[in-house]
Amino acid sequence: MFSPPSPYAVEMQDIVIRFPGVLANDHVNLTLKNGEIHALLGENGAGKSTLMNALAGLYKPVSGTIKVHGEQVSFGSPKDAIAKGIGMVHQHFMLVPTQTVTENILLGLNEPRFFMNLPKYDQKILDLQELFGLRVDPTAPIWQLSVGEQQRVEILKTLYRGANILIMDEPTAVLAPQEIDELMNTMRSMTEQGKSIIFISHKLHEVTSVADRLTVLRKGVATAEGIDIEGITGERLAELMVGRKVIFTVEKKAQKPGEVVLDVREVSAQNNKGVQALKKLSLTVRQGEILGIAGVAGNGQSELAEVITGLRLCTGSVLVNGEEVANFEPGKAIKSGVAHVPEDRTGVGTAPNMTITENTIMKNYRESPIGSRWGINFTVARNRARELKKAYGILAPSVRTQARKLSGGNLQKVILAREISIKPQLMIAMQPTRGLDVGAIESIQKLLLEQREAGTALLLISEELDELLTLSDRIAVMYEGEIMGILDAEDADVNEIGLMMTGTKRSEA
Amino acid sequence: MKIPFTLRLEQRTDDVPKWLPAVTSLGSVVVAFIISGIILKFIGGEPLRVLKFFFSATFGSWPVFSDTLVKATPLIMVGLACSVAFKMKLWNIGAEGQFYMGAFFASLVVLIPIVPLETTPKFIVLGLMVVMGMIGGAIWGFFPGYLKARYKVNEIITTLMLNYIAIYWNNFWIFDKWSDAGFQMTPQFDKVAWLPRLSDLAKEYPVFSGITLHLGVIFGLIAAVIIWWILERSSWGYQIKLIGDNPNAARYAGLNITRNIILVMMLSGALAGLAGMSEVSGVVHRLQERISPGYGFTGIIVAWLAKLNPFAVIIVSIMFGALIVAGREIQPSGLSNLLQGIILFMVISSDVLLRYKIRLVRTEQEVA
Repeated sequence: MFSPPSPYAVEMQDIVIRFPGVLANDHVNLTLKNGEIHALLGENGAGKSTLMNALAGLYKPVSGTIKVHGEQVSFGSPKDAIAKGIGMVHQHFMLVPTQTVTENILLGLNEPRFFMNLPKYDQKILDLQELFGLRVDPTAPIWQLSVGEQQRVEILKTLYRGANILIMDEPTAVLAPQEIDELMNTMRSMTEQGKSIIFISHKLHEVTSVADRLTVLRKGVATAEGIDIEGITGERLAELMVGRKVIFTVEKKAQKPGEVVLDVREVSAQNNKGVQALKKLSLTVRQGEILGIAGVAGNGQSELAEVITGLRLCTGSVLVNGEEVANFEPGKAIKSGVAHVPEDRTGVGTAPNMTITENTIMKNYRESPIGSRWGINFTVARNRARELKKAYGILAPSVRTQARKLSGGNLQKVILAREISIKPQLMIAMQPTRGLDVGAIESIQKLLLEQREAGTALLLISEELDELLTLSDRIAVMYEGEIMGILDAEDADVNEIGLMMTGTKRSEA
Repeated sequence: MKIPFTLRLEQRTDDVPKWLPAVTSLGSVVVAFIISGIILKFIGGEPLRVLKFFFSATFGSWPVFSDTLVKATPLIMVGLACSVAFKMKLWNIGAEGQFYMGAFFASLVVLIPIVPLETTPKFIVLGLMVVMGMIGGAIWGFFPGYLKARYKVNEIITTLMLNYIAIYWNNFWIFDKWSDAGFQMTPQFDKVAWLPRLSDLAKEYPVFSGITLHLGVIFGLIAAVIIWWILERSSWGYQIKLIGDNPNAARYAGLNITRNIILVMMLSGALAGLAGMSEVSGVVHRLQERISPGYGFTGIIVAWLAKLNPFAVIIVSIMFGALIVAGREIQPSGLSNLLQGIILFMVISSDVLLRYKIRLVRTEQEVA
């Protein structure tokens, strides 16, 4: 069949996708022009991934048409979509850690058939890298690569398979700030080479800086279809996404901090690779105070959280209300009233195949009335979970739903509900809003401030500077396992924080 | 021409209904019987007659049903042993060895003897044998558990190897030390060490004559209730499931994983050891070579088919007990193995129905 050349790479019209009880996409239109970056925005569960999975051949719409380069298509499987030049870069990487970059890219292809002439393919991949400015050593095994480099491998994978339409599912969620800039440059150079990109994101400033047009989904319905990015304000976008004005500056009441709860004294620790990650670090957090920790990822923040919660060995001492908790099993810290919102929600914070109920009792299953030394009263536990589900607005069919079926925002609410319900003295929150949509971010930030008002001491580790500035009372900047300086959030200067994040001590700045 | 509908698998996003697993498992057994029937028909057999005979030879009368239950008894306990360990993703495939060690330790009560057999009451002798059997199995579970917890030694390898050690350890004693006139068995135990059988009551109730069902089956049922309580209602069971599902989350929640690995391996071993005790004291009445025709390995299959549910373990064990009995009665005996294989295949494939939904969808109207 001959079709006239179309200005559109993708035209999705009147797409309807239905799941049992849910209308995931309700007559959605999306068009992608050749060589453009089209942003797709929406809260978690708005139907973005569903729509993109339909384009990638994973789902079939109930009704509606999909055209690729003007030609109507009907994908039976992802293979059909790949054959039409559609490639998806998933949020979670699908790479074999022990194999090299080249081996991972070749995985599942028909060529090479039997003998692996790897150097030949290394060169091919280097050529491809040259074209798009995606630098990564083709002979390096995946486990040696940073998250940003692994993402480049995923992008190379789709490019190698001949994709000219790329779907990127929240590519920036896992990246450090400077890696995001590099990714943006890569995206721009890909469109210069004639590729078209659909870019899923939650972050408004990223969208406005890189995309040409945008489509916004809310509860399965498009609230904006392919509007120009020019002249759009962050407030307007947020309104389109959540359907109401978002108060970006959550209100923080003025209050005087109380007694010192957390006292970290000259703590040193190594990371998983045996490299010194914390160097004689000291800090204190008081009742009703939020101490924010700023810094580029990988400067010892994870290790600091692990040392305080008893998950990592260290030298020095960590006192919670005067009691030593470092170098004990995590149970000691929990007993001393330390709550922990871990960085890795699925890998550490929850058990995927257990129910919401079972996930909410993780820290107090032995405490009356939920349980005792021997038994657990599941009737009480279920009722508690139902209360928490309602109070924290956790969206799920029931408390019997397994954690793995929850979206990121709802999972984080489960974790916070659990951690707050143990009435902590101290809460360590690591990247509590990363990868969440605007609505969820707001409710999580409010929860953290409520804890502050309730007199809990909070240590908030985040890479979002805006978040730290709005929530914290004081901000400590970490660089290579040391604290560069501590400032009052009130009169903190963003440039000064930026300098300290790159290794300038406060006195020098 | 195109068929206007196609079947499509969709990943489940909602909760699985509580009744569904039972229905799919039962359905798969029925399908397995139908498939076996078709195969039988093809090779010139009479499926309906065989089916009738299969049921009459296993469930048809009290004596044969009793035989089925006798075969099911060790499977229940071994199936429970595997279920407990598998819940924590500890791959204990050493139930066979733990079974042998349980049988050996229980036999020590009689063979040393630990208590004077002539004067000690029966319930004390049997109680001691139960305790010793469970200790024997628990010791055999402790070693791999300790190695796994302390030095991260793969428990699949250690439990598998310890099976052989247990079997040859047994052989040494029954060939050399306690051999009955050079045969590879010990002399028959004194009657005080026999588990009561229903046939013991034949004098008062003639219905029970020849019924070999022994008290071991009650051990199995009690064990199932206890294990169910531990797994579903106790805080220890919660720990076991949490560690099994996500060890990182378990450590984060302050659980002691090292201790739990050792304890669960010991509990698993103790259950398999109890099965060994029940066999020597309830069935063979002596320690001998090959007291287990691979119960420890069948237990793995039983646990898996029962989806690690203690009550389902009882039902699956009875089904497997029936298959063992039928294998003796039906010629060729391979038929029973055929059925076993097909059932296993069907039940495992039926899992797809729990993870996916099958939907009938209209294929798109073809553009003319």
